[in-house]
Amino acid sequence: GVNLRSGSFHDFVRSSWWGGVQMGPPDPILGVSEAFKKDTNPKKMNLGVGAYRDDMGKPFVLSCVRKAEAIITTKQMDKEYLGIGGLGEFSKSCAQLALGADNEVMKSGRYITVQTISGTGSLRIGANFLARFHGGPRDVYLPKPSWGNHTPIFRDAGMELKAYKYYDPSTCGFDFKGALDDISKIPEHSVIMLHACAHNPTGVDPKPEQWKEISDIVKKRNLLVFFDMAYQGFASGDIDRDAWAVRYFIEQGHNILLSQSFAKNMGLYGERVGGFTVVCNDAEEAKRVESQLKILIRPIYSNPPMNGARIAATILNTPDLRSLWLEEVHGMANRIIKMREQLAAGLIKEGSSKNWQHVIDQIGMFCFTGLKPEQVERLTKEFSVYMTKDGRISMAGVTSGNVGYLAHGIHAVTK
Amino acid sequence: MSVFSEVPQAPPVAVFKLSADFREDSHPQKVNLGVGAYRTDDCQPWVLPVVKKVERLIVEDGSLNHEYLPILGLPEFRSASSKVALGDDSAAIKDNRVGGVQALGGTGALRIGAEFLRRWYNGVNNTATPIYVSAPTWENHNSVFADAGFKDIRPYHYWDAAKRGLDLDGLLDDLEKAPERSVFVLHACAHNPTGTDPTPEEWKKISEIMKRRSLFVFFDSAYQGFASGDLDKDAWAIRYFVSEGFELFVAQSFSKNFGLYNERVGNLTVVAQDGENLSRILSQMEKIVRTTWSNPPSQGARIVSKTLNSPELFAEWKGNVKTMAERVLLMRDQLKAKLQAQGTPGTWDHITQQIGMFSFTGLNPKQVEYMIKEKHVYLMASGRINMCGLTTKNIDYVAQSIHDAVTKVQ
Repeated sequence: GVNLRSGSFHDFVRSSWWGGVQMGPPDPILGVSEAFKKDTNPKKMNLGVGAYRDDMGKPFVLSCVRKAEAIITTKQMDKEYLGIGGLGEFSKSCAQLALGADNEVMKSGRYITVQTISGTGSLRIGANFLARFHGGPRDVYLPKPSWGNHTPIFRDAGMELKAYKYYDPSTCGFDFKGALDDISKIPEHSVIMLHACAHNPTGVDPKPEQWKEISDIVKKRNLLVFFDMAYQGFASGDIDRDAWAVRYFIEQGHNILLSQSFAKNMGLYGERVGGFTVVCNDAEEAKRVESQLKILIRPIYSNPPMNGARIAATILNTPDLRSLWLEEVHGMANRIIKMREQLAAGLIKEGSSKNWQHVIDQIGMFCFTGLKPEQVERLTKEFSVYMTKDGRISMAGVTSGNVGYLAHGIHAVTK
Repeated sequence: MSVFSEVPQAPPVAVFKLSADFREDSHPQKVNLGVGAYRTDDCQPWVLPVVKKVERLIVEDGSLNHEYLPILGLPEFRSASSKVALGDDSAAIKDNRVGGVQALGGTGALRIGAEFLRRWYNGVNNTATPIYVSAPTWENHNSVFADAGFKDIRPYHYWDAAKRGLDLDGLLDDLEKAPERSVFVLHACAHNPTGTDPTPEEWKKISEIMKRRSLFVFFDSAYQGFASGDLDKDAWAIRYFVSEGFELFVAQSFSKNFGLYNERVGNLTVVAQDGENLSRILSQMEKIVRTTWSNPPSQGARIVSKTLNSPELFAEWKGNVKTMAERVLLMRDQLKAKLQAQGTPGTWDHITQQIGMFSFTGLNPKQVEYMIKEKHVYLMASGRINMCGLTTKNIDYVAQSIHDAVTKVQ
C-alpha cells in the first residue's frame, strides 16, 4: 500500500494521495459508444445509447430547434444567472406539457417544477429530496429491469434500491400478474418508480386497464409514486397519449414526483434540458417544497444552464413552432415504428423460427431483443453491432440501409 | 395526509433574496451592490463582444448538432481550460499528469471535487476528514462540502477586521495546527468576499507549511483575469503550488471572466503525480458525474473552447477581460477618493488594496441595514459590496450613503 504517514520532503514527492483509487469500470451504456468509435468495420452499427438518428444514421437537429435558435439570436439577451429553479417560462410549460394545460394541478398551483440538468439531474434532485425529507422507508422500488443509471443515482443520494417484477422474459412482454403481486407486498410509504411510457430498457408498457389496476394497488399500499418520463412523444408519437398514465395517476389522487427530459423528444441531448415536479396538497406546501429544492440545488451547480431551456420554452410557447415540433416528434416515432416492422420482417425473411412479435409490440426507442449476453457478445465481435449486454438495442440507430444486416446478424447468433 | 406536510420552509438564499428585494424596490436612486456579476458604467449586464462573435459562428455552423458531450465534457474545452490556469509552458501538462472535468460553473467543479475527495481521499469514504474554509468565505463553500458528505468543516483565520487585511499569523497557525491531510479551500485570487489576497511571499509561507504537514490544496479560481486584468498574474499562486510538487484540484469558473453566468461553464483541473494516477482519478470522476448530471451542457463550453483555442479570439478575450478589470479598478480609486474627500471616519485604503469584484467595506450589520432600508443601497449583511454595481453616475450617492451610515449608525 501507499505510505500515508507524513514524512520527509522526498516521501511527499514520491507518494501520491491517490494510490488507493481503483480504476472505475467503463459506463455500461456510454462505454458502448466508446467501443463503437474504435471499431473500423464499415458496417458497424451503434445500437447503444438512446440518441435518435435519421434514416441516414445521422444525428437529427429538429427544424423547430433551429428556428427557435434563430429567434433567440435576434433577441440578443444577456447572460445573467437564472434563479436556482431555472427559467420560469420553461418550468411552467414543462409542467403543462406533462399535465395538460387544463389540469386542476396547474390551475390551483399545487405543484412546483424546477428546471434541471436533463433527466439525470432531475432524478438526482428528486432522490436527494427524498433522502432528506421522505419520512417513509429508505427503499425505492424500481421495475425489473430499469435504466441502468437509476440505481447508482438513488444510491449516491443515500436511498436503498429494491425491485418489483416487470419484464417477462418468456413473453418478452409485461409481467402484469407478477408486478401486481410484488407491488402488493411493498411496505407502506415506500417510493415506487414508474416509467411513464416507452419503458427503458424493455420498451414494454402497461396498457391503460393495467395502469388502472397498478394505480389501485399503489394507492392501497400508500406508496409514493415517482414517474420517470424521458420519452414523452416518442412512444406513440402523441404527446398526450404518452402522458396518459401520469395524468391518470394525478386524477386518482396520487401526489406524484415527476422527472422529465427533453433530450430525446426535442433532440436537445447536450443542452441538458429537464424538469423535476412535485405535486403537492396545496400551493402553500408547494412553496415549502420549492424552498427546500433550492437549498439542495445550490450546492450542486447553483443554477441551471440557460441555452437549452430557452430553446425548449420558445418552442413550447410559440404556436407554429409547437405545431412543427409535434409533427417532428411524430415523424421520429413513426420512423422507429417502421424500423421495428422492417426488423421483424427481416428476421422472418432470414428464416428465423423464433417469435419476434415483441419487436413490434414493444414501444419507444428501445427493443429488448431477448438476446443473451453470449449472443450479444457474438453480435458485437462478429458483426460489429454494438449494444448493451442486457440485449437492449436502440431502434433509433437502425436505418432502412442497415436493418437487413442487423436481421442477418441477429438471426446468425440466435439460430 | 401528504408525505411532505412536515417539510419546513427554508430560508431563501441570501444573495438571491437581496436581488429580489432590489428588483421590487421602486426608489429612483436604488443601487444593487449585491450579487457578483459585472455591470457596465450604465449599470447594464455586458455580453462580451468576443462571446457575441463566437455565438454567431456557432449558430451559423450547420455542422454542429446538439448531441451528448462525453461524460467528462468537451475535450478541447477541458484542455484549454487547464492550460489557462496552469500556463502555456506548464511542465505538469507536458508530463501528461493534468486532466479536467467540465462542470456546471465553479459550483459544479467544487461539488465534483468534493464528492471525489469524500469517496477517495484520506482513506475510502472518510467523511471525517476536516475541510477548512476561510473565515469568511463564499457562503456556498460550506454547503458544497457538507452536502458532499463531510462532517467536519472548519474555518481558518483569514480576515482581520481590526486591521482590515489578511490575518497571516492566524492563517499560518491554523495550518500548523490542522490535522495532517486536512483539506484547505484556497481562493486563487480576488478572495470572495474580502478581496484580500496573500502576497507571493505569503503564499510561499502557506505552501511550505502545507507541504510539510501534508495538507490538501483545493483552489477555487472564479476570477482569473478579473483580479489584476492579467491572466498569468492572477494564476500565480496556482502555478507556484504546482511547481512545488503538490497534487491539487482547481475549481475554475468562466462565469465572470467570460460573462457566461447562465451557461454554467466550469472546469475541475486535476493535477496528479503522474498519468497513471490521473487516469484512475478521471475514471472515478466519471462515475460521480454520471449520477449527478450524466454529461455537461455544451453551449458554454463550445464558446469558451473556440475562444481559448484561437489565437485571435484569445487575444480579443483578454482585451475584454482587461476592460472589465480596469473599470473595477477605476471604481475602487474613485470610491476611496470620495470617501477621503468627504472626511468619512475610518481609513479607506483597503478599498484600493483589495482586489477583484468585491470589497469588504467594514460596515457592520446595523449600518448595512441602514444602507438598504434608508438609502436603498443593497449590499450583503457582511458588508461586502460588488464594485461592479458602482458607476460614475451612482458613486457620489453611494459614497454619501456610506458616510451617513458610518456617522449615524453605530
